[in-house]
Amino acid sequence: MSDRDTGGAEVVLRLSGITKRFGALLANDAIGFDLRRGEVIALLGENGAGKTTLMNILFGHYTADAGTVEVFGQPLPPGHPRAALASGVGMVHQHFTLADNLSVLDNILLGTRSLFSPSLGNAAARARVSRLAQDFGLAVHPDARVGSLSVGERQRVEILKALYRDARILILDEPTAVLTPQETTALFATLKKAVALGLSIIFISHKLGEVMEISSRVLVLRHGKLVGEVETARTDRHRLAEMMVGAEIAAPKVAERVPGPALLTLKGVETARRGNAPRLKGVDLELRAGQIIGLAGVSGNGQSALAALIGGLESPTQGRMDLAEDDGVDWSPRSALAAGIARIPEDRHRTGTVADFSLTENAILESYARAPMSRRGWMDWRAAEGFARRIIETYDVRCPGPSARIRLLSGGNMQKLILGRVLEAAPRIILANQPVRGLDIGAVTFVHNRLIAARDAGAAVLLISEDLDEVTALSDVIHVIYEGRLSPGFPRGTKTPAELGLWMAGQGFGEAGHAA
Amino acid sequence: MRLEPIANPTLARRIVLPAVALALTVIAASFLALLAGANPFATLGLILSGAVGSKFALLETLNRATPLIFTGLAAAVAFRARLWNIGAEAQLYAGAAVTVILGTGALGLPAALLLPILALAAMLAGAAILLGPVLLKTRLGVDEVVTTLLFNFIMLLFVSYLLEGPMKDPMGMGWPKSAALIPEARLPRIVTGLRLHWGFALALLAAVAVWVIQTRTTLGYEIRAVGLNAEAARFAGIPVNRVMVKTALLSGGLAALAGFSEVAGLKGNLTLDLSPGFGYAGIIVAMLALLNPLGVVLSALFVAGVFVGADSMSRAAAVPTYIADILTATALLTMVLALRLTHARVRWR
Amino acid sequence: MDLFDILLNASFWAAAVRIASPLIFATLGELICERAGVLNLGIEGIMVAGAFAGWMTVYLGFGLWTGVLIAMLVGMAFGFLHAVLTVPFGLSQHVVGLGVTLLATATAYFAYRLSLPEVTSPPKIEPFQPFEIPLLAKLPLIGPAFFAQTALTYLAFALVLAVWLLLYRTPLGLALRAAGENPAAVEAQGLSVTAIRMGAVIAGSGLMAVGGAFLTMSAFSSFFFEMVNGRGWICIALVVFGAWRPGKAALGALLFAAFDALQVRLQQTPMGAIVPYQLFLMVPYVLSILALVFMSRRAEVPAALMVPFNKGER
Repeated sequence: MSDRDTGGAEVVLRLSGITKRFGALLANDAIGFDLRRGEVIALLGENGAGKTTLMNILFGHYTADAGTVEVFGQPLPPGHPRAALASGVGMVHQHFTLADNLSVLDNILLGTRSLFSPSLGNAAARARVSRLAQDFGLAVHPDARVGSLSVGERQRVEILKALYRDARILILDEPTAVLTPQETTALFATLKKAVALGLSIIFISHKLGEVMEISSRVLVLRHGKLVGEVETARTDRHRLAEMMVGAEIAAPKVAERVPGPALLTLKGVETARRGNAPRLKGVDLELRAGQIIGLAGVSGNGQSALAALIGGLESPTQGRMDLAEDDGVDWSPRSALAAGIARIPEDRHRTGTVADFSLTENAILESYARAPMSRRGWMDWRAAEGFARRIIETYDVRCPGPSARIRLLSGGNMQKLILGRVLEAAPRIILANQPVRGLDIGAVTFVHNRLIAARDAGAAVLLISEDLDEVTALSDVIHVIYEGRLSPGFPRGTKTPAELGLWMAGQGFGEAGHAA
Repeated sequence: MRLEPIANPTLARRIVLPAVALALTVIAASFLALLAGANPFATLGLILSGAVGSKFALLETLNRATPLIFTGLAAAVAFRARLWNIGAEAQLYAGAAVTVILGTGALGLPAALLLPILALAAMLAGAAILLGPVLLKTRLGVDEVVTTLLFNFIMLLFVSYLLEGPMKDPMGMGWPKSAALIPEARLPRIVTGLRLHWGFALALLAAVAVWVIQTRTTLGYEIRAVGLNAEAARFAGIPVNRVMVKTALLSGGLAALAGFSEVAGLKGNLTLDLSPGFGYAGIIVAMLALLNPLGVVLSALFVAGVFVGADSMSRAAAVPTYIADILTATALLTMVLALRLTHARVRWR
Repeated sequence: MDLFDILLNASFWAAAVRIASPLIFATLGELICERAGVLNLGIEGIMVAGAFAGWMTVYLGFGLWTGVLIAMLVGMAFGFLHAVLTVPFGLSQHVVGLGVTLLATATAYFAYRLSLPEVTSPPKIEPFQPFEIPLLAKLPLIGPAFFAQTALTYLAFALVLAVWLLLYRTPLGLALRAAGENPAAVEAQGLSVTAIRMGAVIAGSGLMAVGGAFLTMSAFSSFFFEMVNGRGWICIALVVFGAWRPGKAALGALLFAAFDALQVRLQQTPMGAIVPYQLFLMVPYVLSILALVFMSRRAEVPAALMVPFNKGER
């Protein structure tokens, strides 16, 4: 790589031979590249390709097994975020590293002064934050509690944190995953200002369109290896996609189908407030047999409340849900299961599985209380293991065996087990909450095809996703959720992504509480 | 430094690290003996012979292990569901008090009928004592560690009141103690002539029963699921709060059996020093056994041996008997660390 | 003597302030630990160890303040043990805390028996003496209550202000609070979560031990078994009652101590002749449980309390 053209601007960052193993997994395999002053490079790769690991090594969260990092010509001591920050590297993590109960200013100031200095120096800091916010178009109130901010605002705080520390190199890990198209545009405007001021940016993404728009150079990672490096101007989406997954990505095929009768109807449903999450307000929704209903929206707008409601964890305080009584007393996860609702939870680690349970024990989580898994309170472990084996075979779960702990499985295989667990019960309604988050392309395709097959077999599918592309590709009808309210259903192809983006930002929702 | 998990630790790792923990405990004992001006080897020898060196010593250890098996099981059952019942001491005294209330003549039944009734009543009392904290936890989210701990003090004061008031033995020469149990309410000895009562057999039976519950029943499955990941359990439809309450009833009942067995098997009446901290020691027993009910029997024997041995040793050498508490606490802390290091490797960068 | 007389009696308020002092030390210590994200159940044992160490130091002929210092160092040593096991190794804070309590208590009792094998009643030391603050001590009711106390009591109240300033007005306090809210945020800003949390546990444990030392060096003047008697657990309840804020927690300790002083005095009234004394003695524990119940609904608990942080965990 030494004969690469490094002419033009000065090299601000040089990674060479970065290698990192996690147990048997080779997460980064001898990766090296240069970043020049004032450029945006995109780090492209599907989930699990090693992008985040690489950036965590650069920032000092992890230590590489081999390889070096140089910033402005100086070697960066490994394993210390402090060193990275001091040398001018700032990172905006995919999962924000903010303390919700502290103010914006406190979050920015954290760690910027010597711990043993007698005062925080708030006044000067506040002025500086306001100036930075103005210069980069990052409006946010310095005294607001972070917990009360929207996702977009939190991201601005994260960027301000880096800018406040005079970052010259900015790493953004999947920054657009949680934004509306319009917020993404605003973020790109900020990044362009930063580049104009001489900052350099590493932009991590798996979205081809954004990579094409913002970057000047693209580095493609696959299975921990750097498989390609191209000038953005000299490539196109198709070639990038091929580099990323080794083959062209086929869009899921959803054949036209006449929907059947409504299986679940919500009318004017409201739920109680839980913490900071928005509650549902006057939600009307109809899930019909043989239909995929997509729910688009920026995260934190009530998706969790709707999933909890249909999944049986939450009861409506008002309105009608035709499966449950109005007072909702009996509505529970068990009654949801009995009503034929299959639930794929948003977080397969925290809610979908018990990490230290075996595959068998995880497979029967929802059916252990009934025959054949148990009789009169006595477990039938043989039947349970048979069930687990059936899922492992039918759903191609790669694992050492049914008695292995599920924590050892990859995200994709874990999701396949959950899919098997819920689909084996032949559900009438499928609630799929972020079903492919964090999965690699192979697993994504597998999950999507299973959902489509279930729809074709007559199930009603509610697909909740923050990925607008996924929602538009799969859904027969799309609703947008915003602050606990639901837009009308838009049949496939009747709204452009930009129009949906406006709905996601709240346009079109009347003040009265119901969708206009 | 940071820890890197090991998916499948080697057998050597599984054996060596706990052995090191045990060695550290022995080294700590030697150090304490030296501090007291005694010969460490002689001190350890005296502890060992005091615990298992004679028939008398062995029986004493088995007797001391009996309440520890019960309180150890109580802790093991509760901790599996991540219910931090630190109130076994209170539940023990509740069980003992009920045994005395019903066993001093209030129920005139033959032993074959009276003893099961007493055991059952004791269990109910212990379960009832834990019900308050667990309902506060499930209904209001009040941390059960502190409430169960505080209940220990309240219960002890209540027993003190009972022993100086309504339950006071009129023949007690002014000492705060209860009247003696009627003969039908006494647990007989397993073998005549040997000072070991049926409470020990009951403890072994309880350990097996808990093991069966944990591995063979839906309740056991539910308890483990709730303990390992309550959120996933709730999502899957497991009634988490109901499982917590059931676990609490089981745990409180087991701890109360310790009180029943001590009163009916050993002491014959209730005094304020019935338990020298069996409830707290049960936590150590359970942790050393990795919450495995059958392991509880072994670790209870170990802890009982240390205490009995230290008692006997301190009569012969000038080493305070509190060495036993230091040793068990050291064993606990080194063992949890050893287990952590069995499943994780320390990386310094 | 009825309730009114008791409440208007300066000695009652003086007693309340005295009873509150050790609780304030230990509560502040626990609060610092929990604010950084570590529940320290070693508190009960660390108080015992502090009570013994301070008393023993003075008994051996050293000064009172040397005793306080030694008690603090002993507390910090047990705090270090707790911190090492719970922070970098991430062991269960429940198990380690109870283990430390057992270890510290047993160590203190062992050392006591070792140094005084024969005695049946423990020897007394010359404790801290109250001294009146000029002018202020002459104020009615408040004067004798707050301004005729021992130096350790003044120190306790000064510490409330000091801990408040530390938490809310310094970068260290900000880092400490952030470590209890979201350790990943601390790590991402280049600070060491391990160092901050360990420091908090060690310092907090030092304060707990001083709280214990207050008992032997300012309240009772000798050491005996069971003297801490659940005060540590009560302090944990007080932290919750005070919503993890130093001022409110100290106020809670005062309120609690007032009830404690009241129950002692009520035992002397005609009521005390009817009601068994054990019922009065239960008051502190029952109050603590009630405090937990009434405060439990407020979601002000540090978000990362009891959540271990392992750098670079996937």
